[in-house]
Amino acid sequence: MSAGSLPSGSQVKDPGYPTPSENYLTNSKGILSWIFTLDHKRIGVMYLVGVTLAFGVAGLLALLIRLHLFQPDGMVFQGEEANNWYNQVFTLHGAIMVFLFIIPSVPAALGNFLVPVMLGAKDVAFPRLNLCSFYLWVFGALFFVSALCASGLDTGWTFYTPYSTTTDSSVILATSGAFILGFSSIFTGLNFIVTINTMRPPGMTWFRMPLFLWATYATSIIQVLATPVLGITLLLLIAERTMHIGIFDPEYNGDPVTFQHFFWFYSHPAVYIMILPAFGIISDLISVHSHKRIFGYRFIAYSSIAIALLGFLVWGHHMFTAGMSSLTTIIFSALTFTVSVPSAIKVFNWLATMYKGSISLTTPMCYALSFIFLFTIGGLTGLHLGTLATDMHLHDTYFVVAHFHYVMVGGTLVAFLGGVFHWWPKMFGKMYSEAGGRLSAFLVFAGFNLTFLPQFILGSRGMPRRYATYDPEFAGLHQMSTYGSMLLGFGLLVALFVLLRSVGAFSRFGLACGKKAPANPWGGATLEWQCTSPPPFYNFERAPAVGDPYDFSDLEWEADEERYVTVEPKREVIPEEQPKPAPAHAEDSN
Amino acid sequence: MSTIEASPEVGHDEHGHDHDHPPFLAHHFDTPEQQFDSGKLGIWLFLVTEVLFFSGMFCAYAIFRALRPEVFEGCSQFLNTKLGAINTGVLLFSSLTMAWAVRCSQLEQHKGLVGTLAATLSCAMIFLGVKAIEYSHKFGMGLLPAGLFAYDPSNPHPDPAGHPPYLAYICAPFALALAGVLVWLVVSAVTGNKFQFAIAKPLSVVCVCFFVGVGLGTFLESGEESADHVDVHADPNGLATASVMLEAEESAAADAAPAIAASGAMIPVDESVLEILATDPTNVGVVSGLNALEQQTAAAGTSTVTGDGAILGAITTTEIDVMTPTTAGVFFSIYYCMTGIHAIHILAGIGVLVWLLVRAVRQDFNRQYFGPVDYVGLYWHLVDLIWIYLFPLLYLIR
Ligand code: HEM
Ligand SMILES: [Cu+2]
Repeated sequence: MSAGSLPSGSQVKDPGYPTPSENYLTNSKGILSWIFTLDHKRIGVMYLVGVTLAFGVAGLLALLIRLHLFQPDGMVFQGEEANNWYNQVFTLHGAIMVFLFIIPSVPAALGNFLVPVMLGAKDVAFPRLNLCSFYLWVFGALFFVSALCASGLDTGWTFYTPYSTTTDSSVILATSGAFILGFSSIFTGLNFIVTINTMRPPGMTWFRMPLFLWATYATSIIQVLATPVLGITLLLLIAERTMHIGIFDPEYNGDPVTFQHFFWFYSHPAVYIMILPAFGIISDLISVHSHKRIFGYRFIAYSSIAIALLGFLVWGHHMFTAGMSSLTTIIFSALTFTVSVPSAIKVFNWLATMYKGSISLTTPMCYALSFIFLFTIGGLTGLHLGTLATDMHLHDTYFVVAHFHYVMVGGTLVAFLGGVFHWWPKMFGKMYSEAGGRLSAFLVFAGFNLTFLPQFILGSRGMPRRYATYDPEFAGLHQMSTYGSMLLGFGLLVALFVLLRSVGAFSRFGLACGKKAPANPWGGATLEWQCTSPPPFYNFERAPAVGDPYDFSDLEWEADEERYVTVEPKREVIPEEQPKPAPAHAEDSN
Repeated sequence: MSTIEASPEVGHDEHGHDHDHPPFLAHHFDTPEQQFDSGKLGIWLFLVTEVLFFSGMFCAYAIFRALRPEVFEGCSQFLNTKLGAINTGVLLFSSLTMAWAVRCSQLEQHKGLVGTLAATLSCAMIFLGVKAIEYSHKFGMGLLPAGLFAYDPSNPHPDPAGHPPYLAYICAPFALALAGVLVWLVVSAVTGNKFQFAIAKPLSVVCVCFFVGVGLGTFLESGEESADHVDVHADPNGLATASVMLEAEESAAADAAPAIAASGAMIPVDESVLEILATDPTNVGVVSGLNALEQQTAAAGTSTVTGDGAILGAITTTEIDVMTPTTAGVFFSIYYCMTGIHAIHILAGIGVLVWLLVRAVRQDFNRQYFGPVDYVGLYWHLVDLIWIYLFPLLYLIR
């Protein structure tokens, strides 16, 4: 950089240029350089910390719920207010998990870090908007916490009217929080769509994008299209509570079922905001750790888009018992079945990818395998619920609870963990203990199944959801579930410990931190493995060689140095449209 | 994609700071075209979210209009078509000046840009001034959302002393803004700060325009007074038809009601099936549903069950009088929600237009860099377009 070339009216404040030995974590120092950072990688890391904290809080609440349900008449909350307490705790658990953890987890935390790097861009299209959406997230989170302090919210995460217009808990604070979080989510989605459309470097064609980017793109479409509807719904709910506008409130001749329609028009697509990025992670993980080209790339890519679009047509399946006409319910049921087709396409493609691959059972792969198993159960039970006759029986029982935990925890959370383990060396430049990581994957898998498998049985036997007490005949299954939740919690703590230890969080207790991560520890062919670990400020020191993201033929394991290197530039580097000769093939060295 | 010409080679000693990296180009973009394309796609996506945001309210409008057409017909007569039409014209004109502003910025006509932006802002202010008259007038009559509805047909114009001076409340912030801008104008003139003076001058005109709008609104509203109100108060026609329709609907509601009673009935429910199910005392839902069904049947004198009318039935009211809070309120609820949120968008538009005005005075824009004017322009057209839908839906369709 020649001196004085930094323009005075420059839009982006530069945190300073890295020397080759610097990376995005070290190129500027001090808390302020984090608070005002415009670097997508730092914003991603801040999100990662944020969502982990949110998950911790909501997770503790979950353990409290399970503990309470250990005995038929309730163990934790006693006395007259027991039911109220129970309602408030499960509401906060659900609302925090949905709005503060699972929606931003993969897209905002991992996505922010990965999208520009995988794309070969320097940053997202609108870095300031990106930082703004992080602070909106923080702000929304504070609203939620204050709703907790003001007077416990007890409507459930769905805010159904007419209860939400009559209860005197802090609905307004909580919905304002969700409203703000919605904007955070919209801005992230908008940013990613624009980034993927306009920031692709030469050579990065649509069908050379890693599947994680396709999934993020599909997710972003939903975020942009569905979230505004939640925004207006919550705004009308606030207006209903403050001015009694009589749209949802039956007391003023409103229609509470309209609220359900509005709410699920957002919230069903929102469940795909939660799961689609997880699909993207799994596609990449399966292919990289099987060292085999992904099977049916285009099918996986298009099925993400298909899910995103079909997901808008099925919201009614949450309302089969709410008094819709029979014709409507039949249509919604049929549409619900169609969504499972693209989901199944993905599962079959993953299996076909693994077939005859050389699978390394690394930690990320263990999580990916566990995802496939758990998500399949979750998805198939969704079909039970989408069937009209069975849903009459199963609606609002523990069967639904088990279904959505299988897709959200067994699906998204497990994929999120797999992704974090996969990209951790890239993000922080340290390798973690493989044994510890695999142990955590096993504990999470076992604990999860022990927690939620019994709930399918509970639900099909008629145990309703959202009750603080239950019939003694259910006690055995409930106790199994509680034990399972503790195992699950323990497994998650192990995962946290393994990761934190690798970056030296426990070095003062004599626990050594992990080895320095090579640029390409797993043998991935996507662009993020071409830059150093951790990446420099502008991601790439030299332009990355854009090629087929799933062609592993020129990557070889270098046993001495414990890393993958590129052996021979077999890959086509820059496409025909680019007349310039390709830059020297990116070797794997710092 | 017009971004290929950028060299993909970005050595770490260059980092995009090549000589052709002009000051307005953010670091992470390679070319001005890439920056412009990104912004343009971004603003279009933002507009999509805006449309979806409003779509929720348009749905609410459609649902309640379908459920209670007589309420919408009766109540929309309280809206002053002349004021609505004036505002439509004003906004359309502002869209013209906005488009003109974009052209000016592309042609580097700096004076023209300031002028057209100021004209757009002035129109926005006139719009708000007229809206202030409409709102305060309705507040005064008690034509409010359902929960606050206080309209009394026998006393349509309650003594102004009996309620707060709404118009003054709405005007106060604008008066403050006007005073502030005038002070700024004088100070900058006295201290000879040309740049600030160049901003304060158009802004003072803009602020005055709010009161032009108020004046215009007052004039038209008073002219309308007799004619319009004869329509509503003296001519009982609207109300009479309304109550006839309501009666018809009421019986439809009674038909539909049992369906809801047999809670969750998706398919036409045969009563005998319910009775069989009810013999099992654990089927609490069925038992109570059946009881409710019997009561409903007794009350309505009919045993027809139509599942498809369920939602309709849940809402229809047995009130006959359109002008009671529970029925008329919903029209005004939707009216205030839609126009109120639209007005908030106008205010936000005023905010960004002022920002553009400042940058225009600073001559930030040129042939290569006019993105912000273009983006704000698109936003402004959307806000205008939404009003183009609101006006007929709320004011005209009867
Ligand atoms: C594979 C296709 C899926 C189908 C066919 C399906 C179907 C359904 C149905 C019919 C219900 C309503 C059950 C009832 O309330 O009676 C339901 C509930 C639910 N599903 Fe799914 N689902 C699928 C995938 C997912 C995914 C991927 C997620 C999230 C990641 C998800 C999250 C949820 C949640 C959170 C609920 C409960 C909402 C509540 O009432 O609080 N589902 N699902
Ligand atoms: Cu759903």
